[in-house]
Amino acid sequence: MNERSWTFWVGAAAVLGLALLAAFTVKNEYFFFAAYVVLQFVVLATAWNILGGYAGYVNFGTSAFFGVGAYIAVMMIKAVNAPLGLQILAAAAVGGVMGVSCGLLTLRLRGIFFSIATVAVAIILETVINNWRFVGGATGVQILRPPVMEPFDSYTKMIFVVAALLAILAVATARYIQTSWIGRGLRAIRDNEEAAECAGVPTLKLKLLACAVSGALMGAIGAPLAMYQSFVEPASAFNLNYSVSALAMPIIGGTSHWIGPVIGAVLLGSVQQIVTVTITSELNVMVVGVLLVVFVVGAPDGIVGLFNKYWKRRRGAGGKP
Amino acid sequence: MSTDESLLRVQNVSKNFGGFAALTQVNINVARGERFGLIGPNGSGKTTLINCISGALRNDGGNIVFAGEEISGLPAYQRTRRGIARSFQIPRPFKSMTVLENLVVPLEFVAHRGTLHKGDTRAEAMHILEGMGLADKADTSSSQLSQVELRKMELARAMAARPQLLISDEAMAGLSGNEVTEVLDILFKLNATGITIIMIEHIMQAVMRFSQRVICLDAGEIICEGTPESIVQDPNVQKAYLGV
Amino acid sequence: MFSFDLLVDAVVFGLLLGCFYTAVSIGLSVSFGLLDVPHIAHPAFVVLGAYGTYLLGTWGLDPILSGLALMPLFFLFGILVYRFYYETFEKRGGEAGVRGLAFFFGVAFIVEVGLILAFGVDQRMVEANYIGKSVTIADMRIPLRLVVAFAMAIILTVLLTLYLSKTFTGRAIKAVAQDEPALRLMGANPVRIKQWAFGIATAVAALAGALLIIVGPVEPGMGRLYIGRTFCVVVLAGLGSMSGTLAAGIILGVSESIVLTLFGASWAPAVSFGLLLVMLGLRPQGLFGR
Repeated sequence: MNERSWTFWVGAAAVLGLALLAAFTVKNEYFFFAAYVVLQFVVLATAWNILGGYAGYVNFGTSAFFGVGAYIAVMMIKAVNAPLGLQILAAAAVGGVMGVSCGLLTLRLRGIFFSIATVAVAIILETVINNWRFVGGATGVQILRPPVMEPFDSYTKMIFVVAALLAILAVATARYIQTSWIGRGLRAIRDNEEAAECAGVPTLKLKLLACAVSGALMGAIGAPLAMYQSFVEPASAFNLNYSVSALAMPIIGGTSHWIGPVIGAVLLGSVQQIVTVTITSELNVMVVGVLLVVFVVGAPDGIVGLFNKYWKRRRGAGGKP
Repeated sequence: MSTDESLLRVQNVSKNFGGFAALTQVNINVARGERFGLIGPNGSGKTTLINCISGALRNDGGNIVFAGEEISGLPAYQRTRRGIARSFQIPRPFKSMTVLENLVVPLEFVAHRGTLHKGDTRAEAMHILEGMGLADKADTSSSQLSQVELRKMELARAMAARPQLLISDEAMAGLSGNEVTEVLDILFKLNATGITIIMIEHIMQAVMRFSQRVICLDAGEIICEGTPESIVQDPNVQKAYLGV
Repeated sequence: MFSFDLLVDAVVFGLLLGCFYTAVSIGLSVSFGLLDVPHIAHPAFVVLGAYGTYLLGTWGLDPILSGLALMPLFFLFGILVYRFYYETFEKRGGEAGVRGLAFFFGVAFIVEVGLILAFGVDQRMVEANYIGKSVTIADMRIPLRLVVAFAMAIILTVLLTLYLSKTFTGRAIKAVAQDEPALRLMGANPVRIKQWAFGIATAVAALAGALLIIVGPVEPGMGRLYIGRTFCVVVLAGLGSMSGTLAAGIILGVSESIVLTLFGASWAPAVSFGLLLVMLGLRPQGLFGR
C-alpha cells in the first residue's frame, strides 16, 4: 500500500473509532439522529457521484433506490426475520439490479433519457408500493424489533455506527473506482464516449458497473431505515428530498473527487438540520435547490474546484494540487 | 490478392438509414502494409464506411473480415483491441485530460489490458508523442491545443492502441500547406513501421502522393478503383466530383 | 363488472384528456424535441402558469383569458431562461450534459418549493361558467371543462404546426434543429432563433397551465407527475414532430383512462412512466421521429 492509501485507511479507522466512542459516551439522542441523517447523505451523495460525477449520468431517482432498500429490509424482516446485516445485503443486491436495469434500458440513448428513466422508476415504484398491501400500502408498515444487539443500548446508537461503517465503505469504494483504471475509463467516457469506445474502453460494461455499484450502495443505506424507525411508509421512504440532496451535495462539494460528496453531505446535511430546526422545513428544501443552481452555474467544480483554484493561484503556475 | 496478404476485406457491405441507402454492396480489399486512399464527394458514404469498419455503426448486409476474422458483430472497443484504430474527422479529445493522459487511455485499455492495467504507460506515451512532435505539449490540457496539434494528437492516440490498421479520417482538413506536409510525413513514417493505413481525404495532392491504391465512392457505391493516376483520369470520378 | 359502455366512456374521456396532455406537452416538443434543451423544468413552468391563472382568477379574470394574458410574460421569461442556459452551458461546448440537466432540475425544484411557500400545499381551483357543468353527447355526460380544454388544445396544436411549417421564423426554427451550421451560413443567427423558439414554448406552457387548472385543481407537486406525461408524449411522438404529439397525447390519454377505469386512480401515475420506459426500450425514436 502506498503512502496515500495508508493515510486514507488510518483516517477511516479514526472515523470509525470516533463513532464507536460517541456511541458509548454521548448522551444526547438528537446528536445520533442528526449524525445518522448526515451519514445517510454521505453514502447517498457518494453513491450518486460514482455514476453522476465519474461517468456523467445524472440519476434523478435516488429516492427510489433508497426507498426500495428500506422496503426490501421490511420484506426480509417479515418473511424470514432476517438480521440487519442480511437486510443490508439483500437491499444492496436489489439496488444493484435496479441500477443495471435502468442502465440496460437507456444507456444506449442520450444521457437525459437515463435521467428520465430514473424518475420513471422512482414514481412507478412508489405507486406500486402505495398499492401493495403486503408492505402496508400508503399507510405504511409497523415492524416489531427484537431487543437491540449487545453492546449497544439503543437502536439509534447501533444504527448510527452501522451508518458510519456504510459511509466508510461507500467512500472507500468511490476512492478505489476513482484512482483505478475504472475511474480513468469512466472519465474518458464522460469526456467523449465515442472516442473512448474507439480507444478500447468497454463503455457499456463500465457504465453498467457504475450503475450497479451506485444502486447497490443506495439500497444498502436504505435498509437500516426500517429498524431505525420501526415504521416505514412510502411518503417518507421515497421522499423527493433524497433525490435532490443526493444530486446537490456532490455538485456543491465537487464531482471530480471522492471527497466532494463527503464535503457536500456534511455541509449541506448540517445546514438542512439547522434550518429545519430553526426556521421551517420547506425553506430548508428551498435552500438546497437554490444552492444547487448557484453552484451549477457559478462554481461548476464545486467546493473542491474552488479549493483547487485557490491553491493553484497561491503556488503559481507550477504546482499540481 | 491472396488471403494471407489481405488485412481487411469488406465484402458486399450495405448500410441503410431508414429508407436511405448510405452504402450499397461495397467491396474493398486492403493488403497488409498498404497505403490505401478513399475519396469521394461529400455525402458519398466515406465516413459511414469507416464507421462500419471501426464499429461505430453496424453494417446491415455483407461481411467485414479483419486479419482473417469476421468482425461485423463486434462492438467498437473490441475491434480496437484486435488492431483497428481510427482518428476522427473532427478531433475528439478527452478535454479534461492532458495530452499525455489522452494517450494513456488507449495504452491502458488496449496495450496493457492483459497485465491488469499495470504497465508503464507514461514512458510509452512520451515515446509516441516524441514521434509526433508533441512531446513538449505532454502536460498541457488537451482543451488548449491548436487545430494541427489536435489532429496530431488524434493520430497519436490512435497509434497508442498499437494498431495493425490505422484509418485516418480527413486528418488534414482545414490545415495549411506546411501543416498538411507535417501530417503526411507522420503517416509515411507510420506506414514505414509496417502499419497499414487507409486515408480519407479531400486534399487530392495528399491522396495522390500518399496512396498506392485509391478507391472512389459516390452515393454509397464504388465507382472506380486503381492507382492514383488512373483514378484522376477516370471519367466517372470526374463526373462525381464536378457533376459534369 | 366490466361493461362496454364503461369502456366507451373511458375512451372518450381518454380522447379529451389526451388532447389536453398534448397541449401540455407541445411546448416541450419544441424546447426538447427541436432545440435539444434538457428541459426537465417544463412541467414546473406549466404549473407556474396554472398558479398565475389562479392569481388572475382571484381578480375576476376568466381562466382562458388569464392564460392568454400570461403568454407575453412567459414568452419573455422563456427568452431569458434560454439565454441564461445558452450563455452558461451550451456555449462552452457539448460537456453541458450533467450541469445543464442539474440546472433545470434545480430550477424545477425551486419553482415547486416557491409555489409551496407562496400558496401552501393545498389544492387551488378556478371558477368559470364552463367549469362544473356537463354536456350530453350521444348518451354520455361529458364535463364541459374537458371539452373546453380539448378545443383549446386542438387550436394550439394546429396553430403551432402551421407556424412551424408556414412562417419564415417557424421554418428557421425547424431548420436550426436539423442543420445549425447551414443556417449560420445563410446569415441567420441560430441563437436568436433558438431563444425565440424557447420563448414560444414557454408562452405555450403558460396557456397549458391555464388549461391545467381548468381541467382540475392544482397543487405545487404536480409538476413531477407531469414530467412523466410530457416526456412520455414527446418521446412517443418522436422528437420534433408536432402532429405526432397530438397522436401521442391521445394514446397516453386513452391508456390512462382505461387503467383508471379498470384499476382505479392510484395506479394512474404509473401509466405515463411505464409507457415511457417501454418506448425507450423498444423504439426510442418514437412513432414519427426525426
